Amino acid sequence: MVPLWWYISLAVVLFVIGAAGVLLRRNILVVLMSLELLLNSVNINFIAFGRYYGDVRGQIFAIFVIAITAAEVAVALGILVALVRNKSTLKIDDVTTMKG
Amino acid sequence: MGQGFFLLFAAGAVVTALTVVLARNPVHSALALMACFLQISAIFVLLEAPLLAVVQIFVYVGAIMVLFLFVIMMIDVREAVLQRFLPGHNLPALALLVVLGVEMLALVLWSGRFSAIEPITPHEGDQVRQLSTTLFADYLLPFEVASIILLAALVGAIVLARKESG
Repeated sequence: MVPLWWYISLAVVLFVIGAAGVLLRRNILVVLMSLELLLNSVNINFIAFGRYYGDVRGQIFAIFVIAITAAEVAVALGILVALVRNKSTLKIDDVTTMKG
Repeated sequence: MGQGFFLLFAAGAVVTALTVVLARNPVHSALALMACFLQISAIFVLLEAPLLAVVQIFVYVGAIMVLFLFVIMMIDVREAVLQRFLPGHNLPALALLVVLGVEMLALVLWSGRFSAIEPITPHEGDQVRQLSTTLFADYLLPFEVASIILLAALVGAIVLARKESG
């Protein structure tokens, strides 16, 4: 069988890669995709812990995470379409409207 | 045998995730992200969560990635393709990421609590039946709240993406 810490290490690696995408990339689309990567690594952790400790609630929380992610992506892409229509840019550095 | 499959899927997931971050074209990023989600759903199958694997494929690969590709096709990405991506551009963020990864890996590897080899799942009855019973009995209120959040997101996305005059 696969040890538990293999799954957690995989989730750590995916989380760091996703965080690198969020922090280092300047393209809004790639930043959103990296957010998906972060949430997926968390899901791996939930399901691995739920499996190894015999608890079904890990899978339930993974289902909730997936549902909230779907809502988040729909709203974020709607905002993105409105943004591109108004400012016609995809670079995160150009979107400083809310800076005080 | 499970270890070989896990290493295969984990290597595929890490390589495709790196492709998501490093690819210059957002279309390539989206396709690599789709491949990464497929690998992760295979890992869910290894974890004996078949329902979550199917939900992963349906929701992520079927719905979210189609939404991403639709938006990429709708807006112009040619300007974004032209700009170069330099990983050494933002050094504080890079150092923060290195510290984060080393710290988390050190904590996981040091702690002896994650060394469980054999899961203690008692194989009693249908697992999907048990999952759905817990979901609709103990977690009914969060389920309904999630459905309301999805409805609000649907309405919000339509309002946001609508043209001003319409």
